[in-house]
Amino acid sequence: MALVVKRPKLSLAEKFYLPALLSGLVITWNHLKRAIFNKGIVTMQYPEQKWDANLPDWYRGAPTLVSDEHGKDRCVACQLCEFICPPRAITIIPMEIPSDDRWKKVEKRPEEFDIDMTRCIYCGLCEEVCPEQAIYLRKDYSITGLNRAAMVHDKKTLYKLGGVRTGLVFKWNELK
Amino acid sequence: MLRFRFMDTALILNFLTTPWVFLIWTTIVKASVLLSIVLGLVSLTVYAERRVSALIQDRVGPNRVGIPMTLLGGKKDIFLWGLGQMIADPVKLLLKENFQPASVNGFYYWLAPKLVMIPPILVLAVLPFGSSILGVQMTIADVNIGVLYIFAISSLSVYGITLAGWASNSKFPFLGGIRSSSQMISYELSLGLSVVPVLMICGSINLNDIVDWQVKNGWLVAPYWPQGFSISSLLHPDQLLHAFVAGFSWQRIALWIPLLISFVIFLVSIFAETNRLPFDLPEAEQELVGGYHTEYGSMNFALFFLGEYAAMIAGSGAVVSLFLGGWSFPLIPDGSHGVLWGLVNIGVFFAKICALLLFFIWVRWTIPRFRYDQLMKLGWLGFFPIALANIFVTALILAYIKH
Repeated sequence: MALVVKRPKLSLAEKFYLPALLSGLVITWNHLKRAIFNKGIVTMQYPEQKWDANLPDWYRGAPTLVSDEHGKDRCVACQLCEFICPPRAITIIPMEIPSDDRWKKVEKRPEEFDIDMTRCIYCGLCEEVCPEQAIYLRKDYSITGLNRAAMVHDKKTLYKLGGVRTGLVFKWNELK
Repeated sequence: MLRFRFMDTALILNFLTTPWVFLIWTTIVKASVLLSIVLGLVSLTVYAERRVSALIQDRVGPNRVGIPMTLLGGKKDIFLWGLGQMIADPVKLLLKENFQPASVNGFYYWLAPKLVMIPPILVLAVLPFGSSILGVQMTIADVNIGVLYIFAISSLSVYGITLAGWASNSKFPFLGGIRSSSQMISYELSLGLSVVPVLMICGSINLNDIVDWQVKNGWLVAPYWPQGFSISSLLHPDQLLHAFVAGFSWQRIALWIPLLISFVIFLVSIFAETNRLPFDLPEAEQELVGGYHTEYGSMNFALFFLGEYAAMIAGSGAVVSLFLGGWSFPLIPDGSHGVLWGLVNIGVFFAKICALLLFFIWVRWTIPRFRYDQLMKLGWLGFFPIALANIFVTALILAYIKH
């Protein structure tokens, strides 16, 4: 079905543009006037003001490693996150847990765990794939460094950023 | 010895006051002062553009760059409302590599930015930017072809833009250059025709004469009556009334109507000539990437930028001199009453230019871009006939008045 669009009939004043231009100028002038006195400005002055309190729970910031309330570093170096990582930002070198360790039953833990934050795309696949609930995306978004080496988060940094997370499934208790 | 020195100074003074030497050194002083004011104004305009556009859009704009005290060992930076941006922008452009793409036509590629920048600066030569200081007229070149000179020189800048588009050997600059040449040629027509009523009324094409006429008879866009208007008359109501009644003339009111039409056409054509926003088709970012300066970077790009803003300033200067009374302002006497008033007059001129520049920016963030056919229609079917008819109307009114 053909749709006929009715063209509006313009009056002489409308054809001359000028009234419309003037009303447009009045609108922008009012915005300018209000903005000069700091009213109606929506800009947030970033480093001084931050929106951190309003970040949603599902916010995907920097990936981190977590420990739990039992004092266990969660990662068992299964390397699934290294495998799934689309930009290959994660590098893991596993090691065997020595037999005198409290968690010797786990057998494996990372010796090195590096996430290259210049490559990370914050997709959250590492968090999804982790069978041990060891890697979580936290709300840190301002990851900066003065050189490339400073942008690589090693194991220590990752555990520090991740902190302790409670209420996770505890697989490695004594009964098992 | 002392006497010898005195003789020396007397000789130098004598040499400096011989007419031709006096002309040369006053001209050099005037030119360098005007040029430095205008170039400073260019970077201030770039800052104002960003700041005012931000405020109009309810943002803040550049408000950080100031004096970096933390770099110098201080505790806190001084922000200065972001005025450091005026220096930071050119420094950034200066430090960039002046890169020439492989496929461009080298000679014209380098020539084009200079051709864009030079004409607006040459236009400044004839603008009367002040009355007089110590009897020296504040115009660099007081020539009798003032208005013609402005049109002749300002139409040269189209070469720069067209050459830039062509020499870049790339489709977007090419389209921008072509658009620019047709647009500027079309609008030069209405620009020239809209000034003719002014020239007919003032009876001269020397810009100094036009400004003097406005000093005596009121600005062309505002028929107030300056005769008898002074600070003392403001204090005495009867004198003020007398000045009002004595200065009033219906001829001036009758001439006001064609002059207002001229003013609107001239102003809009200046927008088109300087490629400002309702008519910025040559550099339409959304369609043509960057238009004619797409392939340019570093100082070459800065020259285009400088040329564009200098053209805005020169155009505003022309509007101010032709229609807005030049350096004159009600109740402010001219430079023959003292050096201070001469300086105030220069200040008034640049204040008017700044107000017009603010208007340029204000319009830019209000009105969307014209379509190309609308632009041509407005120029050829709108302004051209109206400006032409306006000349005849003015001629009829003048003939009736003189009778």
